[in-house]
Amino acid sequence: MIRSITRQKPAEEIERLLDGMGRIFIIGCGTCVTLTRTGGLPEVEAMKKSLSEKGKVVTGTTVVPVACDNLTGEILGEVENQIKQADALLIMTCAYGVQTIARQMKKMVIPALDTLFIGKETGAGEFNEVCSQCGTCIIGETGGICPVTACHKGLVNGPCGGTNNGKCEIDNTKDCAWTAIYNRLKELGRLDAMRKYQKPRNHLGEPSPGKFAIPAE
Amino acid sequence: MPSAFKKALDSGKFIITCEAAPGKGTNLEKMKHHIELLKDKVDGMNVTDHQSSVMRFPSLGGAILVKEMGGEPILQMTCRDRNRMALQADLLFASSRGVNNVLCLTGDSVMLGDHKEAKAVFDLDSSQLVAAVRTLEKGRDMAGNELDGGVRFCAGAIVTPEANPIEPQLIKFEKKLEAGAEFIQTQAVYDMDNFKKFMEYARQFPVKILAGIILLTSAPMARFMNKNVAGVTVPQNLIDEMASAPKGGALNKGIEIAGRMIRQIKEENICDGVHVMAIGKEEKVVDIMAAAGLP
Repeated sequence: MIRSITRQKPAEEIERLLDGMGRIFIIGCGTCVTLTRTGGLPEVEAMKKSLSEKGKVVTGTTVVPVACDNLTGEILGEVENQIKQADALLIMTCAYGVQTIARQMKKMVIPALDTLFIGKETGAGEFNEVCSQCGTCIIGETGGICPVTACHKGLVNGPCGGTNNGKCEIDNTKDCAWTAIYNRLKELGRLDAMRKYQKPRNHLGEPSPGKFAIPAE
Repeated sequence: MPSAFKKALDSGKFIITCEAAPGKGTNLEKMKHHIELLKDKVDGMNVTDHQSSVMRFPSLGGAILVKEMGGEPILQMTCRDRNRMALQADLLFASSRGVNNVLCLTGDSVMLGDHKEAKAVFDLDSSQLVAAVRTLEKGRDMAGNELDGGVRFCAGAIVTPEANPIEPQLIKFEKKLEAGAEFIQTQAVYDMDNFKKFMEYARQFPVKILAGIILLTSAPMARFMNKNVAGVTVPQNLIDEMASAPKGGALNKGIEIAGRMIRQIKEENICDGVHVMAIGKEEKVVDIMAAAGLP
Protein backbone atom coordinates (compact mmCIF):
# COMPACT_ATOMS: atom_id res chain seq x y z
CA MET A 1 0.00 0.00 0.00
CA ILE A 2 1.21 3.51 -0.72
CA ARG A 3 0.36 6.48 1.47
CA SER A 4 0.70 10.20 1.27
CA ILE A 5 3.23 11.04 3.98
CA THR A 6 2.78 14.28 5.86
CA ARG A 7 4.22 16.27 8.75
CA GLN A 8 2.47 18.96 10.75
CA LYS A 9 3.71 22.46 10.05
CA PRO A 10 5.36 24.29 12.96
CA ALA A 11 2.80 25.96 15.27
CA GLU A 12 4.26 29.40 14.48
CA GLU A 13 3.70 28.91 10.76
CA ILE A 14 0.10 27.80 11.28
CA GLU A 15 -0.40 30.81 13.53
CA ARG A 16 1.01 33.13 10.85
CA LEU A 17 -1.14 31.58 8.13
CA LEU A 18 -4.24 32.08 10.32
CA ASP A 19 -3.35 35.64 11.23
CA GLY A 20 -6.37 37.92 11.02
CA MET A 21 -8.76 35.00 10.79
CA GLY A 22 -10.75 34.50 13.97
CA ARG A 23 -13.18 31.74 12.98
CA ILE A 24 -11.76 28.45 11.80
CA PHE A 25 -13.26 25.15 10.63
CA ILE A 26 -10.90 22.17 10.89
CA ILE A 27 -10.92 19.20 8.50
CA GLY A 28 -9.05 15.91 8.98
CA CYS A 29 -8.99 12.76 6.87
CA GLY A 30 -9.66 9.14 7.73
CA THR A 31 -7.07 7.64 5.40
CA CYS A 32 -3.32 8.32 5.17
CA VAL A 33 -3.10 11.05 7.81
CA THR A 34 -5.08 8.95 10.28
CA LEU A 35 -2.60 6.12 9.78
CA THR A 36 0.42 8.42 10.14
CA ARG A 37 -1.23 10.25 13.07
CA THR A 38 -0.90 13.66 11.49
CA GLY A 39 -4.54 14.48 10.67
CA GLY A 40 -6.87 11.89 12.17
CA LEU A 41 -9.48 12.47 14.87
CA PRO A 42 -7.03 12.82 17.82
CA GLU A 43 -4.89 15.34 15.91
CA VAL A 44 -7.96 17.33 14.81
CA GLU A 45 -9.15 17.43 18.45
CA ALA A 46 -5.71 18.56 19.64
CA MET A 47 -5.64 21.29 16.98
CA LYS A 48 -9.10 22.47 18.06
CA LYS A 49 -7.91 22.71 21.66
CA SER A 50 -4.72 24.51 20.67
CA LEU A 51 -6.50 27.07 18.47
CA SER A 52 -9.16 27.69 21.12
CA GLU A 53 -6.43 28.40 23.66
CA LYS A 54 -4.99 30.95 21.24
CA GLY A 55 -8.33 32.75 21.12
CA LYS A 56 -9.66 31.39 17.83
CA VAL A 57 -13.29 30.37 17.49
CA VAL A 58 -13.48 26.87 16.06
CA THR A 59 -16.82 26.79 14.25
CA GLY A 60 -16.62 23.03 13.87
CA THR A 61 -14.47 20.02 12.98
CA THR A 62 -14.88 16.95 10.86
CA VAL A 63 -12.82 14.00 9.68
CA VAL A 64 -13.84 13.06 6.12
CA PRO A 65 -13.27 9.45 5.01
CA VAL A 66 -11.01 10.14 2.00
CA ALA A 67 -10.24 13.83 1.50
CA CYS A 68 -8.82 13.41 -2.01
CA ASP A 69 -12.03 11.72 -3.23
CA ASN A 70 -14.36 13.83 -5.35
CA LEU A 71 -17.22 12.92 -2.97
CA THR A 72 -15.59 15.01 -0.23
CA GLY A 73 -17.54 18.09 -1.36
CA GLU A 74 -20.86 16.32 -0.80
CA ILE A 75 -19.76 15.03 2.59
CA LEU A 76 -18.74 18.53 3.65
CA GLY A 77 -22.23 19.70 2.61
CA GLU A 78 -23.46 18.10 5.83
CA VAL A 79 -21.53 20.70 7.85
CA GLU A 80 -22.21 23.53 5.44
CA ASN A 81 -23.45 25.97 8.09
CA GLN A 82 -20.40 25.58 10.31
CA ILE A 83 -18.15 26.02 7.28
CA LYS A 84 -20.05 29.14 6.20
CA GLN A 85 -19.41 30.71 9.61
CA ALA A 86 -15.65 30.22 9.28
CA ASP A 87 -13.12 32.68 7.83
CA ALA A 88 -10.94 29.80 6.67
CA LEU A 89 -10.67 26.02 6.51
CA LEU A 90 -7.65 24.63 8.34
CA ILE A 91 -7.05 21.34 6.59
CA MET A 92 -5.14 18.52 8.25
CA THR A 93 -4.84 16.32 5.16
CA CYS A 94 -2.17 15.91 2.55
CA ALA A 95 -2.00 18.47 -0.26
CA TYR A 96 -4.14 16.22 -2.48
CA GLY A 97 -6.94 16.59 0.04
CA VAL A 98 -6.37 20.31 0.50
CA GLN A 99 -6.58 20.88 -3.24
CA THR A 100 -9.67 18.71 -3.62
CA ILE A 101 -11.43 20.71 -0.91
CA ALA A 102 -10.20 24.04 -2.29
CA ARG A 103 -11.74 23.17 -5.67
CA GLN A 104 -15.08 22.20 -4.16
CA MET A 105 -15.65 24.76 -1.39
CA LYS A 106 -15.58 28.49 -1.97
CA LYS A 107 -13.37 29.16 1.03
CA MET A 108 -9.79 30.08 1.78
CA VAL A 109 -7.90 26.85 2.60
CA ILE A 110 -4.94 26.71 4.96
CA PRO A 111 -2.85 23.50 4.99
CA ALA A 112 -1.84 22.48 8.50
CA LEU A 113 0.49 19.79 7.13
CA ASP A 114 3.40 19.63 4.72
CA THR A 115 3.16 16.78 2.23
CA LEU A 116 6.54 15.03 2.14
CA PHE A 117 6.32 12.18 -0.32
CA ILE A 118 4.26 9.24 -1.53
CA GLY A 119 5.50 6.52 0.80
CA LYS A 120 5.61 2.78 0.40
CA GLU A 121 4.97 0.94 3.64
CA THR A 122 8.15 -1.10 3.98
CA GLY A 123 7.70 -2.31 7.54
CA ALA A 124 5.27 -1.94 10.42
CA GLY A 125 4.75 1.81 10.73
CA GLU A 126 7.64 2.58 8.38
CA PHE A 127 7.32 4.35 5.04
CA ASN A 128 9.96 5.02 2.43
CA GLU A 129 10.04 7.06 -0.74
CA VAL A 130 10.81 4.54 -3.45
CA CYS A 131 9.48 6.22 -6.61
CA SER A 132 9.40 9.87 -7.62
CA GLN A 133 7.22 9.29 -10.69
CA CYS A 134 9.83 10.72 -13.07
CA GLY A 135 8.34 9.31 -16.24
CA THR A 136 11.49 7.55 -17.46
CA CYS A 137 11.76 4.38 -15.41
CA ILE A 138 15.23 2.79 -15.28
CA ILE A 139 14.74 0.16 -12.59
CA GLY A 140 14.94 -2.65 -15.12
CA GLU A 141 18.72 -2.28 -14.89
CA THR A 142 19.07 -1.63 -11.17
CA GLY A 143 17.50 -4.71 -9.65
CA GLY A 144 14.17 -2.97 -9.15
CA ILE A 145 15.54 -0.28 -6.82
CA CYS A 146 15.16 3.30 -8.06
CA PRO A 147 18.37 5.33 -7.67
CA VAL A 148 16.67 8.45 -9.00
CA THR A 149 14.57 8.39 -5.83
CA ALA A 150 16.50 6.33 -3.30
CA CYS A 151 19.86 8.07 -3.92
CA HIS A 152 19.85 11.54 -2.36
CA LYS A 153 21.57 12.88 -5.50
CA GLY A 154 19.61 10.75 -7.95
CA LEU A 155 22.83 9.29 -9.37
CA VAL A 156 22.41 6.62 -12.04
CA ASN A 157 25.96 5.31 -12.48
CA GLY A 158 26.90 4.20 -8.99
CA PRO A 159 27.60 5.66 -5.57
CA CYS A 160 29.17 9.03 -4.82
CA GLY A 161 32.10 9.45 -2.44
CA GLY A 162 29.69 10.14 0.40
CA THR A 163 28.59 6.53 0.70
CA ASN A 164 29.37 5.51 4.23
CA ASN A 165 29.18 1.88 5.35
CA GLY A 166 25.97 1.39 3.43
CA LYS A 167 24.47 4.67 4.60
CA CYS A 168 24.07 8.10 3.00
CA GLU A 169 26.29 11.11 3.70
CA ILE A 170 23.29 13.21 4.70
CA ASP A 171 21.81 10.90 7.30
CA ASN A 172 23.17 7.69 8.77
CA THR A 173 19.64 6.35 9.16
CA LYS A 174 19.11 6.49 5.39
CA ASP A 175 20.43 3.63 3.28
CA CYS A 176 22.86 4.26 0.42
CA ALA A 177 20.77 3.34 -2.63
CA TRP A 178 23.84 2.14 -4.52
CA THR A 179 24.90 -0.22 -1.75
CA ALA A 180 21.37 -1.65 -1.86
CA ILE A 181 21.43 -1.93 -5.66
CA TYR A 182 24.87 -3.55 -5.52
CA ASN A 183 23.72 -6.10 -2.95
CA ARG A 184 20.56 -6.90 -4.91
CA LEU A 185 22.36 -7.30 -8.25
CA LYS A 186 25.12 -9.34 -6.65
CA GLU A 187 22.54 -11.67 -5.14
CA LEU A 188 20.97 -12.04 -8.58
CA GLY A 189 24.34 -12.62 -10.23
CA ARG A 190 23.76 -9.55 -12.41
CA LEU A 191 26.47 -7.06 -11.43
CA ASP A 192 27.02 -6.62 -15.16
CA ALA A 193 23.91 -4.41 -15.13
CA MET A 194 25.64 -2.06 -12.71
CA ARG A 195 28.72 -1.91 -14.92
CA LYS A 196 26.70 -0.56 -17.82
CA TYR A 197 27.23 3.17 -18.35
CA GLN A 198 23.95 5.03 -18.02
CA LYS A 199 23.54 8.06 -20.26
CA PRO A 200 22.46 11.37 -18.72
CA ARG A 201 18.85 11.11 -17.66
CA ASN A 202 15.97 12.23 -19.82
CA HIS A 203 14.14 14.79 -17.70
CA LEU A 204 11.38 15.11 -20.26
CA GLY A 205 9.40 12.05 -19.19
CA GLU A 206 6.26 14.05 -18.61
CA PRO A 207 6.75 17.81 -18.62
CA SER A 208 5.40 19.26 -15.41
CA PRO A 209 2.49 19.56 -14.71
CA GLY A 210 1.62 15.98 -15.55
CA LYS A 211 -1.66 15.38 -17.34
CA PHE A 212 -3.38 12.19 -18.42
CA ALA A 213 -6.75 11.36 -19.90
CA ILE A 214 -8.08 7.85 -20.41
CA PRO A 215 -8.21 7.37 -24.19
CA ALA A 216 -11.68 7.35 -25.68
CA GLU A 217 -12.88 3.86 -26.73
CA MET B 1 48.33 21.22 -27.54
CA PRO B 2 48.26 19.18 -24.33
CA SER B 3 48.24 21.14 -21.08
CA ALA B 4 51.41 21.45 -18.99
CA PHE B 5 49.78 19.17 -16.41
CA LYS B 6 49.01 16.56 -19.06
CA LYS B 7 52.63 16.71 -20.22
CA ALA B 8 53.80 16.23 -16.65
CA LEU B 9 51.48 13.23 -16.26
CA ASP B 10 52.82 11.69 -19.46
CA SER B 11 56.45 12.38 -18.51
CA GLY B 12 56.44 9.65 -15.89
CA LYS B 13 57.75 11.99 -13.18
CA PHE B 14 56.35 11.87 -9.62
CA ILE B 15 53.40 14.28 -9.75
CA ILE B 16 52.50 16.75 -7.02
CA THR B 17 49.24 18.64 -7.02
CA CYS B 18 47.80 20.82 -4.30
CA GLU B 19 44.78 23.01 -3.76
CA ALA B 20 44.01 26.67 -4.10
CA ALA B 21 40.77 27.32 -2.30
CA PRO B 22 38.78 30.43 -3.18
CA GLY B 23 37.40 32.24 -0.16
CA LYS B 24 34.01 33.73 0.57
CA GLY B 25 34.10 37.17 -0.98
CA THR B 26 36.19 39.09 -3.48
CA ASN B 27 39.31 39.44 -1.36
CA LEU B 28 41.66 37.06 -3.15
CA GLU B 29 44.83 37.99 -1.26
CA LYS B 30 45.13 34.75 0.70
CA MET B 31 44.57 32.65 -2.40
CA LYS B 32 47.04 34.77 -4.38
CA HIS B 33 49.61 34.28 -1.62
CA HIS B 34 49.17 30.50 -1.82
CA ILE B 35 49.37 30.52 -5.62
CA GLU B 36 52.54 32.62 -5.54
CA LEU B 37 54.09 30.31 -2.95
CA LEU B 38 53.25 27.04 -4.73
CA LYS B 39 52.81 27.60 -8.47
CA ASP B 40 56.39 26.71 -9.36
CA LYS B 41 56.66 23.84 -6.89
CA VAL B 42 53.72 21.73 -8.03
CA ASP B 43 52.48 20.28 -11.30
CA GLY B 44 48.95 21.53 -10.88
CA MET B 45 46.72 23.42 -8.48
CA ASN B 46 43.16 22.21 -7.97
CA VAL B 47 40.76 25.08 -7.57
CA THR B 48 37.90 23.88 -5.40
CA ASP B 49 34.25 24.32 -6.36
CA HIS B 50 32.20 25.59 -3.40
CA GLN B 51 34.07 23.12 -1.21
CA SER B 52 31.87 21.28 1.28
CA SER B 53 28.88 22.95 -0.39
CA VAL B 54 29.81 26.31 1.12
CA MET B 55 29.19 29.18 -1.33
CA ARG B 56 32.44 30.93 -2.28
CA PHE B 57 34.27 32.72 -5.09
CA PRO B 58 33.83 30.42 -8.12
CA SER B 59 36.32 27.74 -9.06
CA LEU B 60 36.44 28.98 -12.64
CA GLY B 61 37.38 32.48 -11.47
CA GLY B 62 40.02 30.98 -9.21
CA ALA B 63 41.37 28.80 -12.01
CA ILE B 64 41.71 31.82 -14.30
CA LEU B 65 43.56 33.59 -11.50
CA VAL B 66 46.00 30.67 -11.18
CA LYS B 67 46.53 30.81 -14.95
CA GLU B 68 47.06 34.58 -14.95
CA MET B 69 49.64 34.21 -12.18
CA GLY B 70 51.58 31.67 -14.19
CA GLY B 71 50.38 28.52 -12.45
CA GLU B 72 48.76 25.40 -13.86
CA PRO B 73 45.11 25.23 -12.76
CA ILE B 74 43.02 22.08 -12.42
CA LEU B 75 39.43 23.24 -12.50
CA GLN B 76 37.24 21.32 -10.08
CA MET B 77 33.68 21.02 -11.33
CA THR B 78 30.88 19.47 -9.34
CA CYS B 79 27.49 18.44 -10.71
CA ARG B 80 25.73 19.87 -7.66
CA ASP B 81 25.02 23.42 -8.82
CA ARG B 82 24.79 23.38 -12.62
CA ASN B 83 22.77 21.45 -15.16
CA ARG B 84 24.33 20.06 -18.34
CA MET B 85 23.87 23.36 -20.19
CA ALA B 86 25.69 25.41 -17.56
CA LEU B 87 28.46 22.81 -17.16
CA GLN B 88 29.13 22.73 -20.90
CA ALA B 89 29.07 26.52 -21.08
CA ASP B 90 31.59 26.78 -18.25
CA LEU B 91 33.83 24.23 -19.99
CA LEU B 92 33.76 26.40 -23.12
CA PHE B 93 34.57 29.46 -21.03
CA ALA B 94 37.39 27.65 -19.20
CA SER B 95 38.90 26.51 -22.48
CA SER B 96 38.72 30.01 -23.95
CA ARG B 97 40.75 31.31 -21.00
CA GLY B 98 43.46 28.66 -21.13
CA VAL B 99 42.12 26.52 -18.30
CA ASN B 100 42.63 23.06 -19.78
CA ASN B 101 42.55 20.62 -16.88
CA VAL B 102 39.30 19.60 -15.25
CA LEU B 103 38.47 17.36 -12.31
CA CYS B 104 34.93 16.01 -12.58
CA LEU B 105 33.13 15.48 -9.28
CA THR B 106 29.63 14.61 -8.14
CA GLY B 107 29.73 17.19 -5.36
CA ASP B 108 28.71 17.05 -1.72
CA SER B 109 25.08 17.31 -0.75
CA VAL B 110 23.79 20.87 -0.51
CA MET B 111 22.58 19.90 2.96
CA LEU B 112 26.16 19.66 4.23
CA GLY B 113 26.93 23.29 3.40
CA ASP B 114 25.79 26.79 4.26
CA HIS B 115 22.88 27.13 1.82
CA LYS B 116 20.97 24.09 3.02
CA GLU B 117 17.65 25.13 1.47
CA ALA B 118 19.11 25.55 -2.04
CA LYS B 119 17.94 23.34 -4.90
CA ALA B 120 20.51 20.69 -5.71
CA VAL B 121 20.94 19.92 -9.41
CA PHE B 122 22.84 16.65 -10.12
CA ASP B 123 21.56 16.65 -13.70
CA LEU B 124 24.75 14.78 -14.59
CA ASP B 125 26.95 12.55 -12.46
CA SER B 126 30.74 12.58 -12.39
CA SER B 127 31.19 9.87 -15.03
CA GLN B 128 28.72 11.61 -17.33
CA LEU B 129 30.60 14.89 -16.86
CA VAL B 130 33.83 13.19 -17.94
CA ALA B 131 31.97 11.87 -21.00
CA ALA B 132 30.61 15.37 -21.69
CA VAL B 133 34.17 16.74 -21.75
CA ARG B 134 35.12 14.10 -24.30
CA THR B 135 32.03 14.89 -26.37
CA LEU B 136 32.87 18.61 -26.49
CA GLU B 137 36.39 17.72 -27.60
CA LYS B 138 34.90 16.01 -30.63
CA GLY B 139 33.44 19.36 -31.66
CA ARG B 140 29.86 18.73 -30.62
CA ASP B 141 27.75 19.50 -27.58
CA MET B 142 25.78 16.90 -25.65
CA ALA B 143 22.75 17.49 -27.86
CA GLY B 144 24.85 16.70 -30.93
CA ASN B 145 25.06 20.24 -32.23
CA GLU B 146 28.28 21.44 -33.81
CA LEU B 147 30.57 23.79 -31.85
CA ASP B 148 32.13 26.82 -33.47
CA GLY B 149 35.56 26.53 -31.88
CA GLY B 150 36.49 23.44 -29.90
CA VAL B 151 38.02 22.54 -26.55
CA ARG B 152 40.77 20.31 -25.28
CA PHE B 153 41.03 19.16 -21.70
CA CYS B 154 43.00 16.83 -19.51
CA ALA B 155 40.08 15.31 -17.60
CA GLY B 156 40.23 13.55 -14.27
CA ALA B 157 37.99 12.19 -11.56
CA ILE B 158 38.23 10.84 -8.03
CA VAL B 159 37.93 7.55 -6.21
CA THR B 160 37.55 6.60 -2.55
CA PRO B 161 39.91 3.64 -1.97
CA GLU B 162 38.63 3.13 1.58
CA ALA B 163 34.92 3.11 0.79
CA ASN B 164 32.94 0.33 2.40
CA PRO B 165 31.74 -1.68 0.56
CA ILE B 166 34.52 -1.12 -1.97
CA GLU B 167 33.20 -2.95 -5.02
CA PRO B 168 30.44 -0.43 -5.98
CA GLN B 169 33.11 2.28 -5.74
CA LEU B 170 35.41 0.33 -8.07
CA ILE B 171 32.60 -0.22 -10.59
CA LYS B 172 32.07 3.55 -10.66
CA PHE B 173 35.83 4.10 -10.93
CA GLU B 174 35.93 1.89 -14.01
CA LYS B 175 33.00 3.76 -15.53
CA LYS B 176 34.92 7.02 -15.07
CA LEU B 177 37.90 5.53 -16.88
CA GLU B 178 35.70 4.19 -19.67
CA ALA B 179 34.18 7.67 -19.99
CA GLY B 180 37.70 8.99 -20.56
CA ALA B 181 39.29 10.03 -17.26
CA GLU B 182 43.06 10.38 -17.70
CA PHE B 183 43.96 10.92 -14.06
CA ILE B 184 42.49 10.10 -10.69
CA GLN B 185 42.99 11.97 -7.45
CA THR B 186 41.97 9.81 -4.51
CA GLN B 187 40.11 10.66 -1.34
CA ALA B 188 42.51 10.89 1.60
CA VAL B 189 44.46 7.70 2.27
CA TYR B 190 46.25 7.03 5.55
CA ASP B 191 46.52 3.26 5.64
CA MET B 192 49.29 2.50 3.16
CA ASP B 193 48.78 -1.28 3.23
CA ASN B 194 45.15 -0.80 2.28
CA PHE B 195 46.11 1.72 -0.40
CA LYS B 196 48.68 -0.69 -1.85
CA LYS B 197 45.92 -3.27 -2.23
CA PHE B 198 43.83 -0.71 -4.10
CA MET B 199 46.81 0.10 -6.34
CA GLU B 200 47.37 -3.57 -7.16
CA TYR B 201 43.88 -3.46 -8.64
CA ALA B 202 44.17 0.02 -10.20
CA ARG B 203 47.49 -0.69 -11.91
CA GLN B 204 45.71 -2.79 -14.52
CA PHE B 205 44.21 0.39 -15.98
CA PRO B 206 46.10 2.96 -18.06
CA VAL B 207 45.38 5.90 -15.76
CA LYS B 208 47.56 8.07 -13.56
CA ILE B 209 46.70 7.84 -9.88
CA LEU B 210 47.53 10.58 -7.39
CA ALA B 211 47.11 9.59 -3.75
CA GLY B 212 45.12 12.04 -1.64
CA ILE B 213 47.06 13.36 1.35
CA ILE B 214 45.11 15.43 3.85
CA LEU B 215 47.26 17.24 6.39
CA LEU B 216 46.36 16.21 9.93
CA THR B 217 46.39 19.28 12.17
CA SER B 218 45.52 17.71 15.54
CA ALA B 219 44.34 14.47 17.13
CA PRO B 220 40.78 15.81 17.55
CA MET B 221 40.75 16.79 13.85
CA ALA B 222 41.76 13.22 12.94
CA ARG B 223 38.99 11.82 15.15
CA PHE B 224 36.53 14.30 13.63
CA MET B 225 37.39 13.08 10.13
CA ASN B 226 36.91 9.46 11.15
CA LYS B 227 33.51 10.28 12.54
CA ASN B 228 32.25 12.77 9.95
CA VAL B 229 34.02 12.38 6.62
CA ALA B 230 32.72 9.49 4.53
CA GLY B 231 35.41 7.23 3.11
CA VAL B 232 38.23 8.57 5.27
CA THR B 233 39.83 6.40 7.95
CA VAL B 234 42.68 7.64 10.09
CA PRO B 235 44.20 4.57 11.79
CA GLN B 236 44.50 4.64 15.58
CA ASN B 237 48.32 4.58 15.49
CA LEU B 238 48.35 7.89 13.57
CA ILE B 239 45.84 9.43 15.98
CA ASP B 240 48.07 8.30 18.85
CA GLU B 241 51.09 9.77 17.10
CA MET B 242 49.28 13.10 16.66
CA ALA B 243 48.25 13.02 20.33
CA SER B 244 51.85 12.36 21.37
CA ALA B 245 53.03 15.67 19.89
CA PRO B 246 54.22 18.23 22.45
CA LYS B 247 51.90 21.14 23.20
CA GLY B 248 51.73 23.41 20.16
CA GLY B 249 53.53 20.83 18.06
CA ALA B 250 50.58 18.97 16.55
CA LEU B 251 50.71 20.77 13.22
CA ASN B 252 54.41 19.98 12.83
CA LYS B 253 53.63 16.37 13.66
CA GLY B 254 50.97 16.38 10.95
CA ILE B 255 53.45 17.80 8.45
CA GLU B 256 55.94 15.10 9.43
CA ILE B 257 53.33 12.34 8.93
CA ALA B 258 52.21 13.74 5.55
CA GLY B 259 55.84 14.05 4.44
CA ARG B 260 56.55 10.49 5.57
CA MET B 261 53.59 9.10 3.62
CA ILE B 262 54.57 10.97 0.45
CA ARG B 263 58.16 9.78 0.79
CA GLN B 264 56.97 6.17 1.14
CA ILE B 265 54.65 6.46 -1.87
CA LYS B 266 57.46 7.86 -3.99
CA GLU B 267 60.22 5.53 -2.80
CA GLU B 268 58.08 2.40 -3.10
CA ASN B 269 56.57 3.65 -6.36
CA ILE B 270 53.09 2.91 -5.00
CA CYS B 271 51.34 5.27 -7.41
CA ASP B 272 52.07 8.12 -9.83
CA GLY B 273 52.05 11.04 -7.44
CA VAL B 274 50.18 12.78 -4.66
CA HIS B 275 47.44 15.34 -4.30
CA VAL B 276 48.10 17.30 -1.12
CA MET B 277 45.10 18.85 0.61
CA ALA B 278 46.15 21.17 3.39
CA ILE B 279 42.62 22.58 3.78
CA GLY B 280 43.14 26.24 4.68
CA LYS B 281 46.84 25.79 5.48
CA GLU B 282 48.11 25.68 1.90
CA GLU B 283 51.28 27.53 2.88
CA LYS B 284 52.27 24.37 4.78
CA VAL B 285 52.43 22.41 1.52
CA VAL B 286 55.96 23.77 1.12
CA ASP B 287 56.91 22.27 4.51
CA ILE B 288 55.19 18.98 3.68
CA MET B 289 57.18 18.73 0.46
CA ALA B 290 60.39 19.46 2.35
CA ALA B 291 59.49 16.78 4.91
CA ALA B 292 58.94 14.37 2.01
CA GLY B 293 62.38 15.19 0.63
CA LEU B 294 60.91 16.75 -2.50
CA PRO B 295 62.54 19.76 -4.16
